[in-house]
Amino acid sequence: MTAAARLPQPPAVRAVLTRHRLRPIEALPWVCAIAVYYAFPDYLALGGQILVMTLFVLSLDLVLGYAGIVTLGHAAFFGTGAYVAGILAVRGWAEPLSGLVAAGAAAGIVGFLTGLVVLRTRGLTLLMVTLVVTQMLQEAANKLGWLTGGADGLQGITIPPVLGLFRFDMFGRTAYLYGLAALFIGWVVARTIVHSPFGRSLTGIRENVTRMQAIGSPVFRRKLAVYVVSAALAGIAGAVLTQTTQFVGLQVLGFEMSAVVIIMLILGGIGRLYGAFIGAPLYMIAQDQLAKDDPANWLFWIGLFLLLVVLFARGGVLGLADRILPRLRKGGDGG
Amino acid sequence: MAEAALETVALCKSFGALPVARNIDFRLPVGARHALIGPNGAGKTTFINLVTGRLMPSSGRILLGGADVTSLAPEGRVKRGIGRTFQINALFNRLTVLENVLLAVGERHGVAGDMLRPAGARRAVIAEAYALLERLALADDAGRLVRELPYGRQRLVEIAIALGLEPRVLLLDEPAAGVAAAETGLILDIIENLPSDIAVLIIEHDMDLVFRVAQRITVLVQGAVLVEGSPAEIAADERVQEVYLGKDSHG
Repeated sequence: MTAAARLPQPPAVRAVLTRHRLRPIEALPWVCAIAVYYAFPDYLALGGQILVMTLFVLSLDLVLGYAGIVTLGHAAFFGTGAYVAGILAVRGWAEPLSGLVAAGAAAGIVGFLTGLVVLRTRGLTLLMVTLVVTQMLQEAANKLGWLTGGADGLQGITIPPVLGLFRFDMFGRTAYLYGLAALFIGWVVARTIVHSPFGRSLTGIRENVTRMQAIGSPVFRRKLAVYVVSAALAGIAGAVLTQTTQFVGLQVLGFEMSAVVIIMLILGGIGRLYGAFIGAPLYMIAQDQLAKDDPANWLFWIGLFLLLVVLFARGGVLGLADRILPRLRKGGDGG
Repeated sequence: MAEAALETVALCKSFGALPVARNIDFRLPVGARHALIGPNGAGKTTFINLVTGRLMPSSGRILLGGADVTSLAPEGRVKRGIGRTFQINALFNRLTVLENVLLAVGERHGVAGDMLRPAGARRAVIAEAYALLERLALADDAGRLVRELPYGRQRLVEIAIALGLEPRVLLLDEPAAGVAAAETGLILDIIENLPSDIAVLIIEHDMDLVFRVAQRITVLVQGAVLVEGSPAEIAADERVQEVYLGKDSHG
């Protein structure tokens, strides 16, 4: 009917045509991450954990930020990946890269199976069901002490060098770069999905499910697909944590884990792909500093900070930047 | 007799003991311009929800282009050529007008499940969506977020999304509801300029609009068809006048 050749390019069309193209600013997180590696060699242990959490938050952004699935149980997948990687290593399959793949696959399968049930609900029911699923997994990990180490956690994990070359050293250098590589792959996956027609349809589901059904979109299948991908990414994040810290405890399946990851996403900015890259470092560095300066009350300060963000910076730090940057460029007359 | 684009046979629906669709036999020929009218609560929107699959009928059959779709899921019916608009806007509010239409066009092209190639590389989809906006005089608003548009313009986006599906049967649920009189003309123009092979069923309270657009009118009262006929027949029908003048209709 319409020739594709004749495509006028007003700004609205150009925006759609070029949205997926890489912009220079998108190199910033990676430049920063590498700069940190050289500039703060004493902080690489913390840095590695930040990278793990960034990947975890990024995975949550796919389901929460894009598809609008408000879950309180994303730790289920993080924890599954963490335990699978740990158990494999203890039982003789310690090779890290295949361990990551196995952990991601296991978390993806858990995502598929629970998604079949969870994604048929929404709103409060969804919150409760996702919460319960995670609590059940945590309780299972607690009870299966012979496999998981129970409440003591899984100990005795030793991971051979990555690719047979890079030993996990006591300064956390290898761990940091390993986490960075995993995050980079996760980012490529997430970014590809977000800019694909599938990713656009997720935002449609978030904005209006009724209308998506009315335009013939298989909503449940789309939600399930992104849930599985997100679960796998979260599982890989958990596995990186296990392999780099050589320990897994029950807290990886805890409610606090599910909650903290949401807080990080809100802090950074939901549904923006890069919210994870702001929220996770911000939260964890603040936690690290505050816990040092005011060990008794650091949680209060975090809470206060979050309150300010929710009240005055809707859309998180990135949302705030969206509003402030144009004004700076126009010399204050923007809005 | 022309081929039916849409047909319902003895369609019934009850919510518990309350019948909301009673034995509706309805036939929409290809290219029809048909209006469904009736007092509030007559079951007009329920009828649309039954036809589109948002509600499952208690009994009866629904045929699209001669094929039985009674047990088909909503998305399957869309693939078979049914498109609708909503009485109350159901739009993607935080997306641009162009993106709203793109989602519909992308679904129809069968590309919307693709996770790998960027959406921006689908030039044919984008070109078609933009051409549709031009046709509906919405091109100037293509880059604006839907929620920033005045309500009347949003009603046009409702229609644009449905047309992005290139439906064979188009169900318009009160397209002019909430639209200022000055803007109703625009909606009327669009409906009058729809391709002649689309069968259009329009629910509307604005009788001027109904009588200008419709070749046939069905009057629905308490979930049942009261009468069907040409606009002149309906205008002259005593039972219809009773219903609309608010007298008791023991029918």
